[in-house]
Amino acid sequence: MMRWLQRLYGAGVYLFLYLPLVVVAVFSFNSSKFSLAWKGFTLDWYVRLWQNTTLMTTALNSLIIAACAATLATLLGTMAAFVLHRYRFAGRRVLFGALFVMMMSPDIVIAISLLLLFLALTLQLGFTTLLVAHTVLCVPFVATTVFSRFHSFPTDIVDAARDLGASEYQVFRHVVLPLAAPAVAGGWLLSFTLSLDDVIISFFTTGPDYEVLPLRIYSMVRLGIKPDVNALCVVMMAVTVVALVLSRKLLKEKK
Amino acid sequence: MNDSTLFRRLLIGSTCAWITLLALIPFLMLVAASFLTRGTETLVRPEFSAANYLHLLSPTVFSMAVDSTVLAAGAALGCLLVGYPFAMILAQASPRAQSLLLLMVMIPFWTNSLIRTYALVMLLKADGILNNLLVGSGLIAEPLRLMYTPLAVFIGLIYTLLPFMILPLYAALKTVDPRLLEAGRDLGAGPLQTFWRITVPLTMPGIIAGTMLVFLPALGMFYVSDILGGARTMLLGNYIRDQFLVFRDVPMGAAASVTMTVAMGLLLLLYYLASRRSGRELVQ
Repeated sequence: MMRWLQRLYGAGVYLFLYLPLVVVAVFSFNSSKFSLAWKGFTLDWYVRLWQNTTLMTTALNSLIIAACAATLATLLGTMAAFVLHRYRFAGRRVLFGALFVMMMSPDIVIAISLLLLFLALTLQLGFTTLLVAHTVLCVPFVATTVFSRFHSFPTDIVDAARDLGASEYQVFRHVVLPLAAPAVAGGWLLSFTLSLDDVIISFFTTGPDYEVLPLRIYSMVRLGIKPDVNALCVVMMAVTVVALVLSRKLLKEKK
Repeated sequence: MNDSTLFRRLLIGSTCAWITLLALIPFLMLVAASFLTRGTETLVRPEFSAANYLHLLSPTVFSMAVDSTVLAAGAALGCLLVGYPFAMILAQASPRAQSLLLLMVMIPFWTNSLIRTYALVMLLKADGILNNLLVGSGLIAEPLRLMYTPLAVFIGLIYTLLPFMILPLYAALKTVDPRLLEAGRDLGAGPLQTFWRITVPLTMPGIIAGTMLVFLPALGMFYVSDILGGARTMLLGNYIRDQFLVFRDVPMGAAASVTMTVAMGLLLLLYYLASRRSGRELVQ
């Protein structure tokens, strides 16, 4: 009895989480334009999406920014994780705290602080500012992912390498980095989805020259529902799922 | 100085440098801007004033802030009530099922929340799925007016943020040593008593982390309020956005953001105290 109640409850929560997404997916294949009634299967909306050059450009912008921000965040995050793992120095706890606070900070506070920095430096809002902002958003997530991987392997290997005469750089390059490689790749993919997922930070830190997909969808949605938005959402969900499944595989390996 | 010391200094130095430049300085600028005065030609005038914070206490702004806090706290409580039993079920599932079930929580977690909000519109619209079902089944005669109400925003916040509650709760529940529960039962505690006196205190860091991850974004998610709540300013996030982009009042927007950060600070303090009490640091 208890078991069935548990299963029912679990299923109910999944239904709540997934029903809206399934509805969007189903209607992206519906040939009716305005009503919710099912008028038959079609791929028209996907074709229209493909032919819509502004949408495709913004989609490409989103993917480019996600890939660049993920790469930068992975570099900085891996470096931060290595510093925290390997070295004991005066500001270590502060650095730890700073990364944790950055991870917990509401997006809108991150967005607005960075906007003030960009305004003070009189930077034109666009690709560069958005890239910096998304990198700041992603770094703490990479740092914690990679840090926990560093923590899970034995420290003897590093000591052995040092004893055998490896320099700090060689230890990093030939011992620590290969061992942490799956976590580094996983961190990259998480950053990639995090960047695609973001609305608020993009909203404040990019300009009209560099529009990204979530902002485009935002203005489209406010004007009312159109079927090609459904198709677009399904494509974005698919990208997220693929990146997520890949990152889970990488993070799980060798555990 | 040998190469290894140089390498070490280079790494520590550059890490501290970018955090200072991209996190610390921007935040200090935000705090500074909140105490300055709005300018006419430039965005801010270097003239100290606490008026922005006083303005947050003026009746219209204050009631908006209270409404927003109530809405966000309600969403956090709702997520906790729905998420806790769910996380317990998840943590008890067989290892093989667990991996898949967890992935199914993470997919919505990582899906763009704007897309998820939009998806909810299809459900809640007057001629949407929910109303069609309810009217079709004869439960109600007239379609419910759900869209553009505070209720819709409330549902939207719970819907988008629920995974952010479930995941830390799940992580906290996984660290609870089952032997403690057994010991409690052996000593004569009933299921309810073991839950309240062992499980809940031990998972308190997870409860607070989850609350923080729901409550703070819920204050800021202006697009949820825009899409589901209509034109009325319901969330602090809408107010902050309007100060920056509509009224060009940077100090005022900064003051509202700093207030949000103070709320975060208080929750972080609670988290720190709770994780010290339960004897483990979840983050590390």
